[in-house]
Amino acid sequence: MRSRFASRGPGGFGLLPVRSTRLPSLSGRLLVTNEAGEFALLTEAEHAALLDGTLPRGTAAYDALLARHMIHEGQVAVPLRLLATKLRTKKAFVLEGPSLHIMVPTLRCDHSCGYCQVSRRRMDEAGYDMSPTHALAAVDRILESPAKALTVEFQGGEPLLAFDVIQRVTEEVTRRAAGRSVTFSMTSTLHHLTPEIAAFLRDHAFQLSASIDGPAAVHDSNRPVPGGNSLAKTLQGVALAREVLGPANVAAITTVTRSGLEQPEAMVNALVSLGFRSLFLRSVSPFGFAVRSARRTGYDMAAFLAFYERALRRILELNRGGLAVEEAYAAVLLRHMLTPFHSGYLDLRSPAGAGLGVLVYDHDGSVYASDEGRMLGATGDPTFRLGAVTEPLAQLMASAAMETLARGGVAEEQPGCRDCALVPWCGSDPVHHHATAGDVAADRLSSDFCQRHMGLFDLLLGLLEHGDAATRDVLLSWATRRWGTDGAPLA
Amino acid sequence: MSLPLHTLAQVEGLGPTPKLLKLLALPEALATELPLNRVAVDLRHPSSGKVLLAALAAADFGAAFGTIDHVPEAREAGLPLIHSLRRGDVAGSGDVVRVESSPGRVGIVHRRGANANTLLLTERCNSLCVMCSQPPRDEDDSWRLAEALDVIPLLDHDIEVLGITGGEPTLLGEGLGRLLEVVRERLPSTRLHILTNGRLFSDPGLVRTVSAGVDAVTWGIPLYAEVARVHDDVVQASGAFDETLEGIHNLAEAGHDVEIRFVAHAMSLPRLPALAEFIWRNLPFSGHVALMGLEPMGYARKNRDRLWVDPADAAATVADAAIYLARRGMPVSIYNVPLCLLPRQAWPLARQSISDWKQDYAAECEGCAVRTACCGFFISADATWRGQRIRPLSAAEMSEASA
Repeated sequence: MRSRFASRGPGGFGLLPVRSTRLPSLSGRLLVTNEAGEFALLTEAEHAALLDGTLPRGTAAYDALLARHMIHEGQVAVPLRLLATKLRTKKAFVLEGPSLHIMVPTLRCDHSCGYCQVSRRRMDEAGYDMSPTHALAAVDRILESPAKALTVEFQGGEPLLAFDVIQRVTEEVTRRAAGRSVTFSMTSTLHHLTPEIAAFLRDHAFQLSASIDGPAAVHDSNRPVPGGNSLAKTLQGVALAREVLGPANVAAITTVTRSGLEQPEAMVNALVSLGFRSLFLRSVSPFGFAVRSARRTGYDMAAFLAFYERALRRILELNRGGLAVEEAYAAVLLRHMLTPFHSGYLDLRSPAGAGLGVLVYDHDGSVYASDEGRMLGATGDPTFRLGAVTEPLAQLMASAAMETLARGGVAEEQPGCRDCALVPWCGSDPVHHHATAGDVAADRLSSDFCQRHMGLFDLLLGLLEHGDAATRDVLLSWATRRWGTDGAPLA
Repeated sequence: MSLPLHTLAQVEGLGPTPKLLKLLALPEALATELPLNRVAVDLRHPSSGKVLLAALAAADFGAAFGTIDHVPEAREAGLPLIHSLRRGDVAGSGDVVRVESSPGRVGIVHRRGANANTLLLTERCNSLCVMCSQPPRDEDDSWRLAEALDVIPLLDHDIEVLGITGGEPTLLGEGLGRLLEVVRERLPSTRLHILTNGRLFSDPGLVRTVSAGVDAVTWGIPLYAEVARVHDDVVQASGAFDETLEGIHNLAEAGHDVEIRFVAHAMSLPRLPALAEFIWRNLPFSGHVALMGLEPMGYARKNRDRLWVDPADAAATVADAAIYLARRGMPVSIYNVPLCLLPRQAWPLARQSISDWKQDYAAECEGCAVRTACCGFFISADATWRGQRIRPLSAAEMSEASA
């Protein structure tokens, strides 16, 4: 096979597509990745010899690059075929079509969180629940999606304030999705969970995420409700949900605000002592109300990364002590780094998940490409509104919003990403860059998205390179979803 | 102690050409759906009782296995008779046997209830692996395919796995595809395990000729290194690594089940950690990975100086690689490595892998608490191959370790 890759340098080898990046945690070595996300670490001398074509054949570095299809010895047909297979495996999500369908049954909520990503409405305001017509049209769109496995997620507002919508949609999807795999999930404060609702959720195998921001002092000030005690009320709901749905089906989502930032270890301890074994520590998003309240709840990304590192080290310490606890976002990143597969996570994809992997059905019958796109819509920016829920899926997918997304959707093409060795593990998030820098294809290097992910990948690489065997085993078990803190083989 | 596969015997009235027969005790012989001239009645079996040999001859049975006392009656009846087996227990009811007249000899083609049954399709090969336990012979042995096609109808319908081996079975080209079609028709519930270097499957045309194997065959294909230079050196064939990888991909893309096999020796062992990563990254679709200890036969004996490593050292590296793959969710097994050399963590991955007719234990195994769960050794592995670290594990040690 003749190919533009087939030429060889003075050392008898030629280069296949690779990217290199220096990272603080690698103590002088460089990270080199191929398109499929396999990586090698090279010294500066080895890296220079790679680039000028003089790396000696048969050395450890040479064989590491050859086996990972980063260099070739003249015959490129097999390396290119294997690379293509690996890329197809890593990007398999591209062929699925929208698989996550987010429904907003109501905008009403009794919480008044300072960082709220959603422009919520008060409990008693009329006209903010999804109409039955729109709910049934959303079911039509969901079932039009070609994805084999569908997830229908309810969020809000507080979705349980419109349980009738949840019930109608769930029953209709179940009835009409014969033979397809459907997962239902809901993000809720659980304040309004009753035994009857819990039984319904159990019968439809719901997975629940409860927003819990840490110890009561932090949570209650982050997430105030009339009458106070919002954490205690959420925990009552968690207890009921665990009893009826089983503990494994109730996870915690934690938004880290400035007040939670100071005590990472206490935050982890609090969540673990509440019985959660899968934590998800998120920074505040620069969307919706959060932008306006940034001065009160926000912080810079370096502060979040410092918080996250201490929290992660505490979680790893708990694991080494025999308690299997996972940080869900680290698990996503590690799956991208250490396995041939993608995590499926929507917000860290290239091509981007927005519109291609996820659709959001707003209470008013609008369809957005992502939850963040919906928040922008609520604050007056309709860029990512695909159309109305009554339009056929094909028409929504051909909208101007999708064209805009496509321009910023492929990370490998974005300024700041295209030469970065982390790009095979990372994502594009055009909606975020439109919101923060005014353009879906804005420079990534200067964005907080980039800063956060550079920091997280650097932290994880450092732990993989310098951590002890037990630490590496825990991180691997997150990536492969195979628990076993004792390191026992799980055959 | 295992049973041999051949024994000498007295053979009367069978004619000069070797004959394949299904050996059955009388009740099963009377009930069989096989053509009776392919069946030998086992008069030695107690359930056969007393029977008139003239009646067996009249029913057109192919032969009888009996004793020297049956000779006059068999001659009278014109029924071929096999008797005076040097080891009578070598051939038993249910076995498929090959009987030769001069010298009189009984060979076991398929032993009922054995832990492994294989058909050897050819002794020709297009590689020349430095450790080959069954060195190839470059002569026309196309009779083997004909015999295999002849044997298949005589096999028990309930055998779970039938091995097909060589030499290199893909050298049979379309003949291999024909064999697969016959097996699927005759033995629809039997899984086939075929050992091949996969090189010829780099031609998608050959993959199409074995399409009958989808959902029935596991193709066991070896990889000895993560880079072509070392793999090609082990199999002594330039370009083999690339051809094998193309072959694996062509098979997998056509829906075939592929098993990756590795044999540990001094040339391959240093590559195993990187090979495990290569398999995980490039071949995560593999149905199984088998990491094996060396069988000291054939070229392995001749090339001992280039190949031998202390099995205890090999075991440690093999265990690490097996655990590496298992932790990533890949089905993996360790073959031919005794338990006393493996860390406890790897025991769940170790299998009793050695065919019973060539398996044995060492003197050191006397009194070992886990002997019955251990693969033991190839009979061919004498003390100079086994190394110095074989030892019996005590029951006390076992309970201590599991406490």
